[in-house]
Amino acid sequence: MSEFFAMGGYGFYVWSSMGMVLFLMLLEPIVLKIQHRSLLKNIQRQKRRQASKH
Amino acid sequence: MAINWFKYSSPSSFYPLAGKMIPVFMTLAIVLIMGGLYWGFFETPDVLSDQKQYYRIIYVHVASAWMAMWLYVVMVAWAVLGLIFNTRMSYMMASATAITGAIMTALSLWTGAFWGQTSWGTWWDWDPRMTSQLILLFLYIGYIALQSAIEDNRRSDRASAVLAMVGLAIVPVIYYSINCPDPNECASLHQESSLKRVESNILIAMLVVTAGFWMYCFAVILMRVRNIILQRESHTQWVERLEVKK
Repeated sequence: MSEFFAMGGYGFYVWSSMGMVLFLMLLEPIVLKIQHRSLLKNIQRQKRRQASKH
Repeated sequence: MAINWFKYSSPSSFYPLAGKMIPVFMTLAIVLIMGGLYWGFFETPDVLSDQKQYYRIIYVHVASAWMAMWLYVVMVAWAVLGLIFNTRMSYMMASATAITGAIMTALSLWTGAFWGQTSWGTWWDWDPRMTSQLILLFLYIGYIALQSAIEDNRRSDRASAVLAMVGLAIVPVIYYSINCPDPNECASLHQESSLKRVESNILIAMLVVTAGFWMYCFAVILMRVRNIILQRESHTQWVERLEVKK
C-alpha cells in the first residue's frame, strides 16, 4: 500500500497534482450548491417581505 | 418534425431542464473519472521504458488542458450566438462557462508544473505552450473581470463577448505551439501531442478521464447558469414561485 502511495519516489508530484484536481473539482460544485440555496432563500424572503407590505 | 430550439432560449424553460440534466452529467462524470483513474493507476505498467511513475499526472493534465482550450471555444460560441440573436440565455451560458474554463486552465498549469519539475527539472519555463496557456488563463480572468466591472447586464454581456472573440486568437497559438508543422522552427520544451505513441492502456485511461472532465464541466456550468438565472430573473413571477428544496 505504501509502495502505491510512494509512486516510485514521485509520490509528492503525483499526489500534489491529483490533490489539487480533487480539491478544486469538489470545491466548485459545493460552492455553487451553497450559492444556489442562498439565492432561493433570498428570493423567498423578498417575496414574504413584499406580501406583508400589501 | 421541427424542434423549436428557441423554446429553450428562455430562462424559464431552460432552468428546469438544466436542473434535470445536472444529476445525469454529475453521475457520468464521477463514474468516468473514477473508472479512468482506476484503470490508469492499477491497470497500467509502473515503469515505462523512458518514463517513471510520474507519468500518471498525464491523466488529469491532458484532461484539464483539453477542457481549458475547448471551453474557451464553447464560451466564444455562446457569446457570438448572443451577439447575433440577442438571446439572454446564450450570454448567461457564456459567462457560466468562463469560471469553469479558468479553473481548468489553472489545473492544467498546476499539474503541468509538477510534470515539468519531474520530467524537465523545472517548474516553469517560458516555452510557447506554457506561455500561451498562461495567456489563456489571463483571458478568462479578463473576461470575468470585465463582466463584473459593468453593472448593466446587457452592456457587460456585449462588451465581454467582444473581448472573448478577440481572445479566440490564442487558441490556434496554443494548438500550434506544440503541433508545429516544422519541428526545427519552433523549439518547444513541451512534448508534441502524439496520441499514436502513447501506450494503449494509458491512452484509454486518458480519454476516459477526459470524457469524465467534460461531463463534469457540463454539470457545473449548468449549476452555475441556474444561479445566474436566479440572480438576473429574481424579479420575475416564475422565479418567485420556486420553492427551496430541503
